[in-house]
Amino acid sequence: MDEGVAILGVGVTPLRPISPELSQRELIFEAATKAYIDAGTEPAEIHSFISISEDFHEGTSITDEYTPDQLGAILRPVHTIAGDGLQGLAAACMLIQSGIADLVAVEGHCKTSNILNHEEVFAMALDPIYERPVGVPSHAIAALEMRRYLHETGLPEEAVAGVVVKNRRNALRNPLASYGASLTVEEVQASPLLASPLRVLHTSPYADGAVVLIVASAARARRKGRKPVWIKGIGWATETPWLAERSWGRATYTVVSAQMAYRMAGISRPRKEIHFAEVDDTYAYKELQHLQALELLTPQEATELTRGGDFEGPLPVNASGGSLGMGYCFDATALYRVAEATWQIRGEAGSHQVPGARTGVVCSWRGVPTTTGGVVVLQAD
Amino acid sequence: MARKRESSPQNPHDVGRVMREIPERPRGTPLKDQDIREGKVSLIAWKPHLEYRWDSGVAISRFLLGLKEGKILGVRCHSCGRTVTPPRAFCEWCFRPVDEWVELKDTGTVNTFSICYVTWDMKPLEIPQIPAVIEIDGTHPRVGFLHLLGGIGEKDVEAIRRRVRVGMRVQAVWKSPAERVGAITDILYFQPLE
Repeated sequence: MDEGVAILGVGVTPLRPISPELSQRELIFEAATKAYIDAGTEPAEIHSFISISEDFHEGTSITDEYTPDQLGAILRPVHTIAGDGLQGLAAACMLIQSGIADLVAVEGHCKTSNILNHEEVFAMALDPIYERPVGVPSHAIAALEMRRYLHETGLPEEAVAGVVVKNRRNALRNPLASYGASLTVEEVQASPLLASPLRVLHTSPYADGAVVLIVASAARARRKGRKPVWIKGIGWATETPWLAERSWGRATYTVVSAQMAYRMAGISRPRKEIHFAEVDDTYAYKELQHLQALELLTPQEATELTRGGDFEGPLPVNASGGSLGMGYCFDATALYRVAEATWQIRGEAGSHQVPGARTGVVCSWRGVPTTTGGVVVLQAD
Repeated sequence: MARKRESSPQNPHDVGRVMREIPERPRGTPLKDQDIREGKVSLIAWKPHLEYRWDSGVAISRFLLGLKEGKILGVRCHSCGRTVTPPRAFCEWCFRPVDEWVELKDTGTVNTFSICYVTWDMKPLEIPQIPAVIEIDGTHPRVGFLHLLGGIGEKDVEAIRRRVRVGMRVQAVWKSPAERVGAITDILYFQPLE
């Protein structure tokens, strides 16, 4: 991006299976307080606030109305993006590049533990006339995709299990993660089938949390005297709502998003220019499918890595532990991964720091049944 | 295919046919309730079954426990000096944690009210409902909550109209201790003090 837009501050709460100690607003207040301190700013300096929320997950409609208090945004410009976290980040870039704002706060949160019947919420996402009445659960839709992906690529199921082993092991080094574990491929493959070929351990468990990012114009980022992490390129796309028409084997929305983000960032050889990736792994096979769409790993390479029993290729992927290891928090997931990438590029990722992490990519997906996702390229100053 | 469709008189999805068969009537009301019930038009029904259980958090949990004991609790911010209820963990004006818990009186002043004659789905009410915003005594101006006024005139709408006014002093009427569960409805309503 010509003018330059930077991540100046991040604040998160640890991802946890339940969070009965704090209300959603209290959780967000904690993340926001951390983000403002991290960016060396305060709410009064923020020009515009963006909240990522989906009413069916909140159980309250028009949830924008409940945003201002916990962000310090009373009587200020606030709007909601009912979409993926990266779409919210893109909105912040637009506010800054259009000259409307110099400092923007982007907030995402998840209280999934407060939803008692997820399948009913999921059903509301399916077409009410020709899909909902059939009564197919969400994991089965993912299983359809996994089947077609394995069919088209010839990948063994063990490669998918390898992703689980790697991410849950990585999570053991991440204090924000809730689901760190030391597992073997055999253990993963021995976990119960949800909907073949998808197994329990192929799916990321849910988690509660809140995340706030402070996004700044180049001028403001430099003036603050903090270490800015530059948003070099951002893209997002939706394929199609038609279940039969989508490319089940391929994450086409990621292909399009990556083209958009890479072009903006001036990246022509992603494998050489990108040092690490935080990639959606809501279901384990999605990590491999997304890496392929990002032109960072071929299925053949994934197979070979699995055969060698070492699932770390030359490119560190989901050093954070991913959603499989940290916990899946719906549309806030992407913002957690941007926070992680920001720490990696600053060299502040602690015990799971990737050496030489100067340029990173974050890839998101809005989950079943969508074909929507985004890609953002982040770079050191 | 097209001819087959024409020869199928029972096709409920043929909105055009249904419209033609309905006798002429004023524009803007082409369908009767009955037409829909009888499946003369193509409609898909879905009843959501969404269930949530929200964590009430530090501030609201304590507020609800207070209500169970028949107390209205508030919090004070030493930075702006405001006392507010329902309590919150942080002051939304100063963007900092609140400093102090206080027990408030269960009396207050009507900021605004309405006399409501219908339910949310427009069914007439025999006894009007009187929603009001009540500023609780001992708080900053424009602090308090939405509740109901009661103990005024019952079915006598004229009596309600004469009596209820902005600025009226009111007091909470509580459920009995055994009935209280830790909810905003532990207060039945607010009734006039004078």
